[in-house]
Amino acid sequence: MSSDKNNVSRRDFLKTTGIAAGTLVGGGLIGGLVGYNIHGKGTSTLEHGGHETTNEAIGSPKAKMFFRNEKDFSILSKATERIFPEDDLGPGAIGLDVPYFIDHQLAGNYGSNSKEYMQGPFDVGAPTQGYQSRLTRAEIFRQGIQKMEDEAQKRYKKSFNDLDGKQMDEILTAFQKGDIEMVGVTSAFFFTLLRAATLEGAYSDPMYGGNRNMDGWRMKGFPGHQMAYITQIEDAKFQKIEPNSLGNH
Amino acid sequence: MAKTLPSVDVVTVGVGWTGGIVAAECAKAGLKVVGLERGQKRGTEDYLNVHDEYRYAIRYDLMQNLSKETVSFRNDRNMKALPMRQLGSFLLGEGLGGSGTHWNGMTYRFLPYDFQIKTLTDKRYGPNKLGPDYLIQDWGLTYDQLEPYMDKFEKTAGISGDDKNKFSGKRSNPYPTPPMKKTPMLAQFEKAATNLKLTPYMVPSANVSEVYKNPDGETINACQYCGFCERFGCEYGAKSSAEITVVPTALKTGNFDLRFNSNVVEILKQGNKATGVRYIDTVSGEEFIQPANAVVLTSYVFNNAKLLMVSDIGERYDPTTGKGTLGRNYCYQILPGAAGFFEEQYNTFMGAGSLGMCIDDYNGDNFDHSDLDFIHGGNIALTQTGARPIGSNPTPPDTPTWGPEFKKQSIYYYTRSFGIGAQGASMPHKENYISLDPTYKDAYGLPLTQLTYNFTDQDRALHKYISARAAEIMKEMGAKTIVPNAEITDYNIVPYQTTHNTGGTVMSLTPEQGVVNNYLQHWDVDNLFAVSAGNFAHNSGYNPTGTLGALAYRCAEGVIKYSQSGGSLV
Repeated sequence: MSSDKNNVSRRDFLKTTGIAAGTLVGGGLIGGLVGYNIHGKGTSTLEHGGHETTNEAIGSPKAKMFFRNEKDFSILSKATERIFPEDDLGPGAIGLDVPYFIDHQLAGNYGSNSKEYMQGPFDVGAPTQGYQSRLTRAEIFRQGIQKMEDEAQKRYKKSFNDLDGKQMDEILTAFQKGDIEMVGVTSAFFFTLLRAATLEGAYSDPMYGGNRNMDGWRMKGFPGHQMAYITQIEDAKFQKIEPNSLGNH
Repeated sequence: MAKTLPSVDVVTVGVGWTGGIVAAECAKAGLKVVGLERGQKRGTEDYLNVHDEYRYAIRYDLMQNLSKETVSFRNDRNMKALPMRQLGSFLLGEGLGGSGTHWNGMTYRFLPYDFQIKTLTDKRYGPNKLGPDYLIQDWGLTYDQLEPYMDKFEKTAGISGDDKNKFSGKRSNPYPTPPMKKTPMLAQFEKAATNLKLTPYMVPSANVSEVYKNPDGETINACQYCGFCERFGCEYGAKSSAEITVVPTALKTGNFDLRFNSNVVEILKQGNKATGVRYIDTVSGEEFIQPANAVVLTSYVFNNAKLLMVSDIGERYDPTTGKGTLGRNYCYQILPGAAGFFEEQYNTFMGAGSLGMCIDDYNGDNFDHSDLDFIHGGNIALTQTGARPIGSNPTPPDTPTWGPEFKKQSIYYYTRSFGIGAQGASMPHKENYISLDPTYKDAYGLPLTQLTYNFTDQDRALHKYISARAAEIMKEMGAKTIVPNAEITDYNIVPYQTTHNTGGTVMSLTPEQGVVNNYLQHWDVDNLFAVSAGNFAHNSGYNPTGTLGALAYRCAEGVIKYSQSGGSLV
């Protein structure tokens, strides 16, 4: 099972470096090897042949309904992990299944902007006038992921998936600053969406596919869905409460 | 071809707090009332799965679907207005109960000063305190005249409070229910404010502190402090709202016909009388004409103004000439404050929408403005509304907005940080107004409501001054790091600020000064009433609903009087 970038399954590794698709290119494999730590726990994953087909994945929401290929999904995953990384407090975005959360959101109302005003004419406007793009969030993410890959190739001649963390951060920072040219939307806006979606995936109810095992809530000390605090709210002591989700309502 | 329905005594456009109050009072008085609600039926049984921050607080499940209708916005007349494509600065409601379903429940009364702001400001500071670009005016009703209606609304909603605010106007009765629980955070605020010689009191709350039966016989349950109020409905029926109070009261009479998915697009008029409204069934697409002896606009600020404009009733405000009253005096609210970062851990995730303590020492004209370049002020409060993890990621200054340090700090301070916030009053300015957009249309082909709005020098001065006062309290509370809110520049419609939009259909003493008289009766069309926070001639330093509820009761009285006597009520 792969839950962070240092523990990547063989199948992911092959997919993201292009080996599986039969497109092994000069530096690609080496770049991939540099990017990954294939020691330690990683080896046992190799022996088990990849995380997607483990028993845990069967019958679970961990599959893609928006992204079409593993490469794009992996770019998204790594970007979210840079935004919300694993640390001694607990899992990061990947360990919390945030990429699956985002994938599922992009396939639904969120991705299609079904509650937003999308009538033209479209104009850039002033920053105080807010989102004025003709693009839906799904379109923005698709383009944004592609632009992240293009930028990685441009700067480092590597796939975004093969960059080290510092290089990824440089590219994400360029997006955040609005320095990357995108069509119909600014890269800063795309980054704002990506960052917000990452936090949403880390902290929303697990029924949406992220916040795996409520670990996002547990790290933060948020007890999730609780019926009442009327008996505790006057207590001066901080209350550590085991979280509960709506699925257990 | 629109189908014409049998005529009724009263039709209300929208069924939230105001529509519900008008419907209940008129139906109890024996009038036949039709309530046209553009959204869906909903009630306590629909809020049982409401502890879902993502669905309700982030994706706005209870709010207006902007794909059908939004507003357009620009900061000034030289800019092209563009549509608000997604919700942000304010959250428009939709469905039975309107915004009163997802409110926090803070239920203040505006100050006596507010209702006579022009007279009292001129008296104390001379006639040119603000200059000619600000359009402050008396409201056409004094606090004492409105007091019985405030009292009535508080009894309907079962408001919980402590009567310790020495700046309050005279009250004919104590709050119907005792104040909410005083948590450690609140007690800490109380102590700090008292040390600073300020006057802390419990925020008057519609999250009711004990089971309460209102004078209409409706029961409101006791708040459980679950931390899901604002942006949510209440699964306990413990947050007072139209759908658990006035709507069932109206329905019980047998005189109230409540229709959902009914979007009113026009007020029909013949001569100087309204004949009814035209509406679209948003499910079938059919058009109906509902004739009525009295038409009452009871929708949100923007829609009340828009319906008058698209129906060509009244003179629209023109900022170049200063003529016209419809759309004038659009105000918002100014949000000074200070964030505090502590070492101690607090149960920030527990709470209720109106759980808080506050002071009015820097609100209204409760302090001397002689040496200040603004008037009015704001109620300063510490509220414990229930911090939720997606929305609450506080970090001390200079923390990156993502990455390892962001994660660490935002998790650490989630339970060690809170804000003291003020609701700063907003004064009307000649360049801030509501009109119709020339380009963008809603799903029914009507122009969008257009906002032209920016903060003014008065707002910026008020913000800076009140933020410093909030920081003083935060310091006294012992915060390790204190961050006063950044000074405001231009209004930005993107980040959430407040849903306290006001003005545009102002109540006034004379027809030259507003759209409706002090019975909320239209100055030009005497069987047409319009009640919303659009009636406020300026916005005060409080949440609006207490004052709005009072105006709705005043309006209901007007409609009933009109049905008996006809003609102008003033």
